[in-house]
Amino acid sequence: MHEYAVTESIVEIVCRHAADAGAGQVRRIHLVIGELATIVDESVQFYFDFISQGTVAQGAELSFRRVNVEVQCGACGHTWQPESADWTCPLCGAAQARVQAGREFYVESIEVEDA
Amino acid sequence: MTRIPVVERIMKANDDVALANRRLLDAHAIHAVNIIAAPGAGKTSLILAVAQALAGRRRVGVIEGDLASDVDAQKVRAAGLPVHQINTGGGCHLDARQVSAALAQLPLDEIDVLLIENVGNLVCPVSFVLGEHTRLAISSVPEGDDKPHKYPTVFANVDALALNKADLLAFMPYDVVEFERLVRTLNPEITFFQVSATSGAGIDDLANWLVELTA
Repeated sequence: MHEYAVTESIVEIVCRHAADAGAGQVRRIHLVIGELATIVDESVQFYFDFISQGTVAQGAELSFRRVNVEVQCGACGHTWQPESADWTCPLCGAAQARVQAGREFYVESIEVEDA
Repeated sequence: MTRIPVVERIMKANDDVALANRRLLDAHAIHAVNIIAAPGAGKTSLILAVAQALAGRRRVGVIEGDLASDVDAQKVRAAGLPVHQINTGGGCHLDARQVSAALAQLPLDEIDVLLIENVGNLVCPVSFVLGEHTRLAISSVPEGDDKPHKYPTVFANVDALALNKADLLAFMPYDVVEFERLVRTLNPEITFFQVSATSGAGIDDLANWLVELTA
């Protein structure tokens, strides 16, 4: 449900950057979302269609690039993508995983029509 | 068609307000703890027990976050603590702006430790920093020992975890060793407590930890 608040932020960021660039209608929005960001794509799209009404972002297509969780073992340095919530190192058995990727959550770029 | 690079964090607006909250808290030498747990984990009971254990050592203030009502704030007020209730009106988490407004209502010069009870939810509150110095998750025995499998994000993103209702371990199948092991694989540096707000077990450990954090 926090996708509503998050989507408000997305629309604000997109409209501000489009205005700064003197752009016209926004056609596509590229989002980068790590698997640890606990965001549901369909839910963002649902709220986006509603929140973006009447803005230059109305009707834009959302493109989601998902980033898998990647962790590194603090003991042996092994890097891997865990498939469950058990982050024990598959090589040395240590429980010292550090998150390297998967927390990303940003607007990467927008595609706009020239004004 | 033109492609415009943006690369802006979606949480930036919240993070900026959280940073301002953090500066305000630091200016008043307040240590803030964001408490995240499922509904019914015992957040309010634990806050009251810890505040009692801290009496005479640290002055505790409380922010209560709920969708509706002020039943939690009434309990905290009855214990003689300064408290502000936030009603999110359906919102599933506290955000930095709500906490900013709450801070303006609290006697900041009379508080050493600010306990912020987030909305009961193991998912959404993790994404919204409030300006806190420390994050404490509470899990309770009746919720089951499989919660780290189901909600890894919260366990991976807190500084400490209190397993509450530990007095019920005698009555339920619950593998506390496996639970702690799994939590530590997600979060090697986590501080782990076993507590019972009802029996009082482990409450002093939690209180002493807060005293050390604010030494």
